[in-house]
Amino acid sequence: MTAEKDLQQTAGATERALWKNEMSMEFDAVSLNESFARVAVAAFVAHLNPTLEEVADIKTAVSEAVTNAIIHGYDNVYGYSKHGDSQPAYLIIHPGKVWLRCCLEKDVLRIEVEDRGKGMDNVEQAMEPLYTTKPEYDRSGMGFAFMEAFMDELEVHSEPGRGTVVRMTKKLGTYPLIEEES
Amino acid sequence: MDDFQIIDNCLMVKLPEEVDHHKSSYICEKADSYILREEVENVVFDFEETRFMDSSGIGIIMGRYKKIVCFGGKVFVIHADPQIRRILRVAGLNKLIEIMD
Repeated sequence: MTAEKDLQQTAGATERALWKNEMSMEFDAVSLNESFARVAVAAFVAHLNPTLEEVADIKTAVSEAVTNAIIHGYDNVYGYSKHGDSQPAYLIIHPGKVWLRCCLEKDVLRIEVEDRGKGMDNVEQAMEPLYTTKPEYDRSGMGFAFMEAFMDELEVHSEPGRGTVVRMTKKLGTYPLIEEES
Repeated sequence: MDDFQIIDNCLMVKLPEEVDHHKSSYICEKADSYILREEVENVVFDFEETRFMDSSGIGIIMGRYKKIVCFGGKVFVIHADPQIRRILRVAGLNKLIEIMD
């Protein structure tokens, strides 16, 4: 097979994959996995050649949602190196999982972050900028505000004692360009 | 290990490549111990090596700001790339701190 033909076939495969593509992952609710989660989502959309800004927006939004699940859903407040009273606090980990699901339909990315932690009874209050239940841990209260600012749509469902699901949508501006090129 | 440096009355904090919740508690704790021990007036956050930041970074800056502003101190941010500047702006921090090149 000539290199040119090879290239055409690869391009065709990428195009087909663009219509709908899904992925899901499950990981432990520990701060180490925050970077893993956002990098995974960035890699998932990489074939669309998103702009640097789009990638940064997606990474920030994923980071916020996953961090919320870890800190607030499961109370794993500390990152590494913070010292607790009797032992380093990062060794005290409340067990729990975070589920991250992504769906790419053409140029629209949907992200779902779910935890089965303690949930919230007042979602509206939680979404207010600067509102935080953990100011003593230097949390800024900007998590949901950032998700709203950097994604197109944001939906939050929560039930006390059962957990929280955050759904976010973002349209990536690269699809028309790819179509034009091919 | 010179991520934290005292120059005159300033604490210089060199932030890591990724500023998120995982790293933030360490940075906050370490910066606070310097602020207390050295009685610094101003805090400078150096973003030269930073390629990613989320709201945890805002928490780091706001927390230090609250600690030194009542003594007339200032917070400076240097070497922030366009993306970091955008995040600072969305959080409204550009009104509280000095963002420089």
